[in-house]
Amino acid sequence: MEHLDTRDLLKLYEWMLLSRITEERMTDYHKHTPLPELPHAGIGQEAIAAGTVLDLRIDDQILPSLRTRGAFIFKGISSRTMMAGAFAKVTGAARGKNTSHHMGDPKVGVVAGSGVVAAHLPIAVGVALAAKLQKKDYVAVAYFGDGGSNRGDVHESMNMAAVMKLGVVFVCENNGYSISTPLDVHCAVRDIAVRAQGYGMPGVVVDGNDVLAVLAAAREAYARARAGEGPTLIECKTYRWLGHSERDPRDLRPAEEIAAWREKCPIKRLRDHLLSNGLADEATLDDIRAGVAAEVDDAIVFAEQSPLPPPEEAALHVYAEPRTDR
Amino acid sequence: MKITLREAVRQTLAEEMRRDSRVFVLGEDVAAYGGTLQVTAGLFDEFGPDRVFDTPLSEVVITGAAIGSAMMGMRPVLEIMFADFIPLAFDQILNNAAKMCYAYDGEMSVPMVLRAPFGGGMRSGMHHCQNLEAMFAHVPGIKVVMPTTPEDAKGLLLAAIRDPNPVIYLEHKMLYGARGEVPDGDHVTPIGKAAIRREGRDLTIVACGALVGKALQAAKELEKTGVEAEVVDLRTISPLDKDTILDSVIKTSRLLVAHEACKTGGIGAEIAAIVAEHAIDALDAPIERVAAPDCPVPFSASLEDAFLPQPAQIVAQAKRMLGRRFA
Ligand SMILES: Cc1ncc(C[n+]2csc(CCOP(=O)(O)OP(=O)(O)O)c2C)c(N)n1
Ligand SMILES: [Mg+2]
Repeated sequence: MEHLDTRDLLKLYEWMLLSRITEERMTDYHKHTPLPELPHAGIGQEAIAAGTVLDLRIDDQILPSLRTRGAFIFKGISSRTMMAGAFAKVTGAARGKNTSHHMGDPKVGVVAGSGVVAAHLPIAVGVALAAKLQKKDYVAVAYFGDGGSNRGDVHESMNMAAVMKLGVVFVCENNGYSISTPLDVHCAVRDIAVRAQGYGMPGVVVDGNDVLAVLAAAREAYARARAGEGPTLIECKTYRWLGHSERDPRDLRPAEEIAAWREKCPIKRLRDHLLSNGLADEATLDDIRAGVAAEVDDAIVFAEQSPLPPPEEAALHVYAEPRTDR
Repeated sequence: MKITLREAVRQTLAEEMRRDSRVFVLGEDVAAYGGTLQVTAGLFDEFGPDRVFDTPLSEVVITGAAIGSAMMGMRPVLEIMFADFIPLAFDQILNNAAKMCYAYDGEMSVPMVLRAPFGGGMRSGMHHCQNLEAMFAHVPGIKVVMPTTPEDAKGLLLAAIRDPNPVIYLEHKMLYGARGEVPDGDHVTPIGKAAIRREGRDLTIVACGALVGKALQAAKELEKTGVEAEVVDLRTISPLDKDTILDSVIKTSRLLVAHEACKTGGIGAEIAAIVAEHAIDALDAPIERVAAPDCPVPFSASLEDAFLPQPAQIVAQAKRMLGRRFA
C-alpha cells in the first residue's frame, strides 16, 4: 500500500498489542477483584480500531462502540485515563461520573458514546454536518456492531449522511453476534454492507482481522469524506474471542467456532507479515510487547492508587457554564 | 417455600403461558440465553421458538410489534433489556399504545405488557440505572406497576397480562434477589392498589421500588426513638391509589414521600399534590420528599452512593418533620 512505511506497520502492531494487553489485564483483574466497569472485551477485533485510526488527524472525530476499546487510546486518550475509568476513579472518565467505555475527550477528537447501542450514529451525522458548515474537512468515524446495525437510528443516520454528502465513515464491527443472538437470527442478509446501496453510498466488506485491509478501506473512505463526496459504510468481518461481557450467564457459541477464529488472530497475522517480509525481527517485536506491557502495568498501578471521586461531586456539571472556547 | 422476585416473574410467565396460549414472550436475548438478567431463563425450553423468541436489537419495532399483535388478539410480554431504553420506543408507547383505545372510542384495546429492569445500585452508569416511572405515569392510557416483593411480582404480572390496557411492568434490579413466599394458583394483585407494609400513627412514608425496603429500615430506626412510621408501598405508579395514601395521611397527619428517581417532576410531586388537594387540613407539618438529586446516575460507587437516597436521609427528614417531639 502506498505511504505505508515500516514505522506505520510497527505502530499498528504496537497499537493492537496495547489494546489486547489492556483488555486481557482488565478481564484477568476482574476475575479476582471485580472492576467497577464490567469488561466487555473486544479481544480479537483489534485490527478494526488500529486500521481505522492510523490515518486520522487530531481534529478528526471518532465515535467508538462498546467494542472499540483500542480506538480511544490510539486517538490519544492515555492508558492511565482509560484504566482509571475502568476502576471508576477520580482520574478516569469525567472524574468518575462516566464509564471509560463511553467517555469523550474534545482535546483528542473522541466524542462520548452512549450505553444505548448505536445511539451515537446520529451524533456522528451532526459532527460531520458541523464540518460541512464550518467548511472544514475533518471526518466523523462511527463504530457500531452487527446487532446495533438493526436500529432505526442507523437507518436515519445513513440516509441523512448520504443525501447531504456528509463526511461520516460508518464502521460496522460485524462479529456475528448481538450478545447471544447470531447474525442469521437478527438479520436476513449476510453482509451489512449491502445496505449501503439503499442509501446511495459505497459499502465495502473487508476482512476485519486484516489490519492492512481495514486501513486501505478507511483510507479510501476518508479521502471521499474529506473531498465532500459523502459517507462510506465499511463492514469489517470479525469475531470476539470472549463472551459479550464478563458477566455472561452462558456462551452459546460453538467451541469450534471460537477456536477457529482464535486462529485468525489479527496481531499474529501482522507479526507474521513483518517477520516473513524481513520488516522487523523477533527482538524488535518482543521489545514492543515489553514496552506495551509496561505501559499497561503502569496504568493499573495508577488506577489502583487513584482516589475515588469525592461524593459531593455527584450532582456537579449537570448544566454547562457559559464559555468562550466552544 | 420462599423464592426470589426473579423466580416469581419467571414462574408466573410460565404459568400464564400454560393457561393462555395467546401469551408469548419477545425481546433481545430472551430465548435460549434467558435474558441478560436471566428473568426468562428456561421459558424457551418449555415453550419453544414460537412463543419465546429473540428479536433484532430494535426497540422501536419490537414495541410496535407487541402493540400490533396485541391489537390482533395476542398477549405479548415484551422485555426491554433495560428501562433506560424504553425512551427509544416511547413514541410507540405514547402515541400508539396509549391512544389506541381512545382513537377507537373504546372499541380497541392493547393488552400488552412491557417488562423492564430499572434502577440504580449496580454501578452501571447513566444509561442503565435510571428511574423513569414518572415519565411513563404522565401518559394517560398506560398503566405502570412496580412490584417490590415476589408475591406482588406474581400478582401484578398476572394482573398486567390480563389487563386490556398496555402495562409497563418495572423490575428494580436490586430487588431481583429479594425472597418471599408466593401464593400458589391464581393470585392477582389488583393494579391501582397500594399496600401498607407497616402500620404507624406518627407519619406516613409513601415509597416505591427500592425505597420501600429503605423506608422500612428507616422506620425501624425511628421506632427506637418512639416514632411509629407507616410505610405505604405504592406498587402501582399509575393509576395512583389515592384512597390508601389519603387515608394514611389523614391518620398520621404527616407525609414523607421517598423515591429513587430525581426529585423534580418525580412521582413524589404528584403524591404531594394529591395530598395538598384533598387533605391539606389534616397535615401537621409540611410535606417532605426524599429523592435523588437532579442529575444523571453517576458511575463511580462513591458518587452513586451519594446519589441514591439512603435510609439515614429518611430518618433525618422524618425527625425534622416531627421536630417538636425531639426538641
Ligand atoms: C438500544 C439498546 N438495546 C439493547 C442494549 C443492550 N445491549 C448492549 S450491547 C448489545 C449487543 C450489541 O451487539 P452488537 O451491536 O453486534 O455489538 P457487539 O457487542 O457484538 O460488539 C445489547 C443488546 C443496549 N445497550 N442498547
Ligand atoms: Mg456483534
